[in-house]
Amino acid sequence: MAVELDVFVGNTIIMSEEVYQLWLDGYTVNDAVKVRMEGGVLDEFDAKVDVVLSDTMDQYRTFQMCERLLHSPTKLANQLLFQIPPHRQATLIERYYAFDDVFVREVLGKKLSKGTKKDLDDISAKTGVMLKSCRRQFDNFKRVFKVVEELKGPLVENIRQHFLLSDKLARDYAAIVFFANNRFETGKRKLQYLTFQDLAFCAGQLINNWTVGAVDNMVEDMDVDLDKDFLQELKELKVLITDKDLLDQHKSLVCTALRGKTKCNLNLSRGLVNIATKLTNTKDVRDFFIDLVEKFIEPCRSDHWTAADMKLYLTHYTNSAHILDTFKYQVVWDRYMGVIKSCIFKMYHD
Amino acid sequence: MPGKLKAKIVAGRHLPVMDRASDLTDAFVEVKFGNTTFKTDVYPKSLNPQWNSEWFKFEVDDEDLQDEPLQITVLDHDTYSANDAIGKVYIDIDPLLYSEAASVISGWFPIYDTIHGIRGEINVLVKVELFNDLNRFRQSSCGVKFFCTTSIPKGYRAAIVHGFVEELVVNEDPEYQWIDRIRTPRASNEARQRLIFLMSGELQRKIGLKVLEMGGNAVVGYLQCFDLEGESGLVVRAIGTACTLEKLSSGSGTHTHPNTAPASNACNSPSKDGKEPVFGEDLPSSSGPSTPFRALPTSSSSPPPFSPSKPCSRQSSSSDTDLSLTPKTEMTQSPRLRPGIFLCPSSPILSTDTLSLPGSGTLGCGHYSGLRATTPPPLASTHSDSALLRKSVSFTEDLLLAASGMGSGSMGKDAGPLKTLLRQQTQTALEQREFPFFTLTSFPSGFLLHVGGVVSARSVKLLDRIHNPDEPETRDAWWEEIRQEIKSHAKALGCHAVVGYSESTSICEEVCILSASGTAAILNPRYMREGCLDLGGSDQRFEDPSPSSCGFCHIPYDELNMPFPAQLTYCFHCRRQKVPDVLFTTIDLPSDAAIAGKGCFIQARLCRLKKKGQGEANATAISNQLPFMEYELHTQLMNKLKLRSMNALFGLRIQISVGENMLLGLASATGVYLTALPAPGGIQIAGKTPGDLNTEQHILNIQKRINDTIAKNKEFYEVNPPDLTEEVVGSPIPEPRLRSRLFRSHSESSDELSELDLSHGKKDAFVLEVDDTDAVEDIHSLLTDASPPKGFYSCNTETMPGIYNWTSALQMFTSVRVLRLSNANLSNQALNKVFTDLCENLLKSFYFKLRSMIPCCLSHLVFSVAVPEEDLIQVAVTAVAMTFDKDQTQEKPAEKPITKGCSEAEDQLQFSLELCTDSSSINSQSSSKNSGVPESSHLSTRDRCSTWLELLRLKAHTIRRGSVKTSRRTQSLAHSVSSLEHSSPLTEGRSRSLRSSRSFGGSSVSVVKMTPLSFLPGTRIVKYVGIINMFFIRETTSLREEGGVSGFLHSFVAEVFAMVRAHVAALGGNAVVSYSMKDCVLMENPNKNQCQCLINVSGDAVIYIRETDQEVTGSTANIGLSCTSSADGAT
Repeated sequence: MAVELDVFVGNTIIMSEEVYQLWLDGYTVNDAVKVRMEGGVLDEFDAKVDVVLSDTMDQYRTFQMCERLLHSPTKLANQLLFQIPPHRQATLIERYYAFDDVFVREVLGKKLSKGTKKDLDDISAKTGVMLKSCRRQFDNFKRVFKVVEELKGPLVENIRQHFLLSDKLARDYAAIVFFANNRFETGKRKLQYLTFQDLAFCAGQLINNWTVGAVDNMVEDMDVDLDKDFLQELKELKVLITDKDLLDQHKSLVCTALRGKTKCNLNLSRGLVNIATKLTNTKDVRDFFIDLVEKFIEPCRSDHWTAADMKLYLTHYTNSAHILDTFKYQVVWDRYMGVIKSCIFKMYHD
Repeated sequence: MPGKLKAKIVAGRHLPVMDRASDLTDAFVEVKFGNTTFKTDVYPKSLNPQWNSEWFKFEVDDEDLQDEPLQITVLDHDTYSANDAIGKVYIDIDPLLYSEAASVISGWFPIYDTIHGIRGEINVLVKVELFNDLNRFRQSSCGVKFFCTTSIPKGYRAAIVHGFVEELVVNEDPEYQWIDRIRTPRASNEARQRLIFLMSGELQRKIGLKVLEMGGNAVVGYLQCFDLEGESGLVVRAIGTACTLEKLSSGSGTHTHPNTAPASNACNSPSKDGKEPVFGEDLPSSSGPSTPFRALPTSSSSPPPFSPSKPCSRQSSSSDTDLSLTPKTEMTQSPRLRPGIFLCPSSPILSTDTLSLPGSGTLGCGHYSGLRATTPPPLASTHSDSALLRKSVSFTEDLLLAASGMGSGSMGKDAGPLKTLLRQQTQTALEQREFPFFTLTSFPSGFLLHVGGVVSARSVKLLDRIHNPDEPETRDAWWEEIRQEIKSHAKALGCHAVVGYSESTSICEEVCILSASGTAAILNPRYMREGCLDLGGSDQRFEDPSPSSCGFCHIPYDELNMPFPAQLTYCFHCRRQKVPDVLFTTIDLPSDAAIAGKGCFIQARLCRLKKKGQGEANATAISNQLPFMEYELHTQLMNKLKLRSMNALFGLRIQISVGENMLLGLASATGVYLTALPAPGGIQIAGKTPGDLNTEQHILNIQKRINDTIAKNKEFYEVNPPDLTEEVVGSPIPEPRLRSRLFRSHSESSDELSELDLSHGKKDAFVLEVDDTDAVEDIHSLLTDASPPKGFYSCNTETMPGIYNWTSALQMFTSVRVLRLSNANLSNQALNKVFTDLCENLLKSFYFKLRSMIPCCLSHLVFSVAVPEEDLIQVAVTAVAMTFDKDQTQEKPAEKPITKGCSEAEDQLQFSLELCTDSSSINSQSSSKNSGVPESSHLSTRDRCSTWLELLRLKAHTIRRGSVKTSRRTQSLAHSVSSLEHSSPLTEGRSRSLRSSRSFGGSSVSVVKMTPLSFLPGTRIVKYVGIINMFFIRETTSLREEGGVSGFLHSFVAEVFAMVRAHVAALGGNAVVSYSMKDCVLMENPNKNQCQCLINVSGDAVIYIRETDQEVTGSTANIGLSCTSSADGAT
């Protein structure tokens, strides 16, 4: 008595968000049925397994047919195959492009290539995110990357328009694209403690302040590539550590300002300036976050600074530079330190 | 050269990639009509080409305009090899051929390929310029409107209902032509699709011609079907009801002058003084109460009022009672066997309090107005008898006696003969039409006087090749036979018409079962005779109102000559006329019927094994089984009805499908408790072998379960109050009078026994004997039927009886399930179980899937079963889930505002009042009724005071309600009128400007609602823009890759919906009503990784506006605007 065929099609799309999530999470139909049965919500309806199975199958098929459309969300609005109310369209898209932070943390900064895709099963095993879901998320990253790569205009806005995503999600994607493009190293053990949200925040800072787009908003890749001129200018900051006078003056200013609230550690300053001067080198750009951790965060931590201490120090350190009369690179300094400050604030976990 | 068709190809979008190298497509379009083809330029390297072509003009005959679809083919240009087809769009331009419908077709159409499904979309503009053709020998019938809706479409009134039209067209099936061996599947599918488009166009044109000949301008209840007879050909056949429809907007004039003749467009409308019966809801004018037939008040020699369908009937043998055709007897005569069966579960009824009023024509006989004054009223009182349950399958032999169709019930002595005479006259009128059939299922009140019961006929035929497609005589003759049989059945029930009529076939190899069924009925004869229109009409209008709640239940046949054994009782409403204990019908519940509680979906399922066979032997075997199947289905229905303590079935549809090794029977209906009918008895279980303790215990257990179930059902469906009150209050209270009346009638009646029955009336239960294996099975199936979960109701009729406050959310769905029987050696019982479970599980699935809509009702559940191949059972269901407001369900609104019927009864009341005053001079009776006083004195001799008191009471109501209503209705009328006026002109102008922007912009797709019902809750249909009748074939040679059969069918059904929506939107509509999936034929061959499916759908494209908009914006101008804007948005 095998059911050979069983379909149920509504004039308006019929879907439950719960099943959609299960589908997105990569559950097989049978597993999804199990989850739903265990979920208990169905008890009140006294649903038998076959009923739930048939319902799940129908929805899975619907989602599969929609998937093609979800790849270019703008089509979803003017396709004719399914009649989907606007709020449902939004849910479908937003959920489809949502990702697991644990997963994205793994691929962040990696090249979105076939090679990485092959490693997805390892990532899946490591993160506990199902392989199917990993693939979907990875393909989403890749798709977004490919589309915005060639576009002019602000990155976040482009993503939002082409994929009809919410502002938050669009920003996250911008971060992912930015990381992938600049291949920032995020996988080292020392960086493991950083969450995706930490890094996404930093990416946002970099995009807003250090890219070409920060000065000119009509070039290609404006928000993806760092501003080369700016990176060149950063070299000039070297004077802060090479010029002995300047160094001492700066140190004393900082120490006075801090008034012994925290130790004033000159090595920290050296570290930050060194990072700045090396950024013209692509390799060093990739190590940007490692350097921040090794040269600044770890020393602070080993000195048992609290986040407040660290903030105070950085604030005074930045501001004091303005008082140095021989220091001529105030603009570059601000552009540099503004980002460094907020990144470190974010990355410094107590 | 009466027509110029113009088409413009604007743009394409989402095209598939046809050139792998560039990931792009070089698309161009071929536009073909008839034998003329135009091409657009190639738009290179784009998936979103902008052709923006010139207007391609086709100069064609209007005959071709009707037959041919516009065929648009999108191709990919290839320099070196043949161009690849991307897909096609067929556009039926019929909607452009009538003035009121769409004026332009414009929109995005899915590009469809039979192998790949939908591949992108194309934006097309189509227009037609039609020149008038005055040639009376023309072969075209442009301008005749077609509606799938089985009631008078909203916004129209029927000036005349002409009657039954039918036609069939046959051809060779391209799939079976020799050339099919050498052409690709795609070519073959396309040939088939195109052929069917052509055939249905031709069919529609031919039916249109018949309608024109009859003087009508529309076909309502149009039902078109395909018979894929395989080797022997392809048959497209259609039936419908020809009408002369008038737009209600024209009624605004009439409204102010109630007594002027409305519309003169009816060819032979001799309208006397404006009291033309109106058939339709929302009567625009106060002139006509909702009466259906427009009688032609010409002399009797002139064409019978009913505007007989002679012209279209091939033979007009007519008025004789073709009793010779009765079925059963001639079973083995020939290979074409016709085991007809006659299901008349219940009998009909009529008349309520007022009906028994003096002078009113009871029972379907018309009365002369003149007569009335002199003749004593036909008091229709008879003895009441018990409500014994009876299985009412009777074979037609019994019916013959009753066939003469004498007046039913008892009438006053003196009136008797006259009545008979009248009745005969009216019958003659109807009989003069060859088939007094109506495909409509719901009627304005007053149209349907009595319902006799279900009549059905089946016939088993062996298919042979159709030799000459132009002369499809055999097929015609087959249907002719069946229709004659139906007609004679109806006659046997004392009825002169068949309503809710439909036809169907089931084909397996060379065997074909033809089925027809309908409900025997007596229609209001008033308008069928000359002279009564003005005189009698007004009177009866006055009297009709109250009977409408129970009148249709009163039996139409002669009590003394009952066509089948039935237990008659006095109507529990009016206590004057006889009613049967159970009533089965194929129509919708009349909107004014008095019911208790809610309705309920009831289904009987049956599966019977059959030996495989060939030719005649096979046909004989099948036809021998049929009567038994019908009997069993009927018994099941009866049991289930009892179990829910209901006493009437509406929308009964019995489908019998034949497969190689089994027969499937599926009967679906909506059960209702009609308060006019006696309360059903319970079900009593009896064992044949008393003494055996085990058995007794077992029986007791079952009995208890059954009683519990009945009690539970009563609660669930809220069926309770009426019979209790009726019994306590009803019988004893009117004691003095009632009793005396009863006595009187007893003395008149010759049957004394029935008097005795009175005592044990309802106590009688239906007895099931358990020893009988069938009974065990019955009981089992009874008890396994789960009632729907809380918050859900279901029915297969248009509206759910007992629910009135629909909210606007709705979800139409189609579900298909195929079961493979793994075990070849199943017994009948096991097979039944499998089949029953299949249907039950489907229902459970629906409830589960739609649970978010609770409280919700599944309406118009249409199941269709098939046996696509050995060991496969296929069930396809289309229905709509509609939400309703739970809080108000209890109060049955005095005026049902939302339901479609929208208080027709009250309209009628109102009219009668107005008319009464008008016609006061006509005779003493009508005037006396006006006051109510004089008549009563006249009557007092006849012991009918109670009646008059009731009448007075009723009149008081009438007046109160009537006056209130009038004002409100006037308003709403004004609204509808204005919206109509505004909508049509504006839509055109506006949509044109909109269009240009829309074509290129990526604006989102407008929502198109779909429903199998004829209305959308909370909305008002302002315009019908055309009939949708589409046929699609889909095939795949990569079944696994498409997700197996389920995946394949799922996407196909979704594609069909999409194409229907796109066509509706292109016509300017925003909804499809009366949507149905006529066929879903699935053939799979998983071993070859192949599958093919054919789907045929139909419906009416409409423009609706939300009712709230209308009410909120009081000003008519606003309404016009909102209407047009919604229309525009949809285009």
